[in-house]
Amino acid sequence: MSALAHTAATVLAATDYTAAEAKGIAGASSAGFAYGLAAIGPGIGIGYLVGQAVQAMARQPESAGQVQTTMFLGIAFTEALALIGFVVFILLKFV
Amino acid sequence: MADPMNIRIEGPSPAMQVAVDLARKSVWLIPVVVIISAAFWGIDGVLSSLYALAIVVVNFLLAAYMLAVTGRISAAVMAAAALFGFLLRLGLIFLAVLLVRNTEWIELLPFGITLISTHLALLFWEMRYVSATLAFPGLKPQATPNPYLPSSESSDSDPSNLSPSASAPDSYGNRGLSAPKG
Repeated sequence: MSALAHTAATVLAATDYTAAEAKGIAGASSAGFAYGLAAIGPGIGIGYLVGQAVQAMARQPESAGQVQTTMFLGIAFTEALALIGFVVFILLKFV
Repeated sequence: MADPMNIRIEGPSPAMQVAVDLARKSVWLIPVVVIISAAFWGIDGVLSSLYALAIVVVNFLLAAYMLAVTGRISAAVMAAAALFGFLLRLGLIFLAVLLVRNTEWIELLPFGITLISTHLALLFWEMRYVSATLAFPGLKPQATPNPYLPSSESSDSDPSNLSPSASAPDSYGNRGLSAPKG
C-alpha cells in the first residue's frame, strides 16, 4: 500500500502538482484502492455463502425458510467487513 | 435435487421478518447511541450517529426486501440479487456519505464508529435470538390462547393470529415445530 502511495506520489510529483497536492491525491487513491480491496473479500464470501444456501434450498426445499434466515444473517455479517473497509476509507479520505 | 432456477420461496419472507425485527431492536439502541455520542462529540455527533443508525437499518431492510422479492421468482435470481445488491448497497452507503460530508453537522468519526458497532450489535443480538429459536423451537414465544379467557376460543379464526401451524412457517422458517400444548 505504501509502495503504491509512493509510486503515485512520485508520478504526481513529476507533473505540475505541488508536493502537498500530490500527497493528497496519492492518499486519496490509496484510500480508494484499500476500499476496493476491502470489498473483494466480502464479495467472494457472499458469493460462496449464497451459492451454498441455494444448493441447500435445492436439496431440501422444505427447509428453505431456515436456510434463508441463516443466509441473510451470514450476508449481513460478511457485509460488516466491507463496512469496516468503508469506514476506514472515509476516515482516511475525509478526516 | 431440484433445479435452483425453479425453486421459489413462497409465503412470508424470513429475511424480511428478520430485518423488521432488527429495525425494531434498533429503537433500543437509539438512547445508547445518543448518550455516548453526546458525551464525546456533542450535538453534531448525535446527529451523525443517528444518521449512521438510519443507514444501517435501511441497509438491512433493503437487503431483505431484495431477497424477498427475488426469492419469489427463483432461488437463482435471489442469489444474483444478493451479489449485485451487495454492490448496490455499498454504493448507496457511499452516496449517502458523499451527500452529507460537507455539511456542518456531520462528524465522520462517530458516524463510522456507529455504523460498524450498531451493525454488529444488532446482528449479534438477532443471532442469539435466531440461534435459540432454531435450536429450541419449543421455547420460542407464541401467541398461545389463554384458556381462562372466554374470547380465546375464537382466536383460531382470527386472521391476525400469529401462532405457527403445521403448514405455514413461522418468522424464522420453522414449520410446525411448536411446543406441545398442555
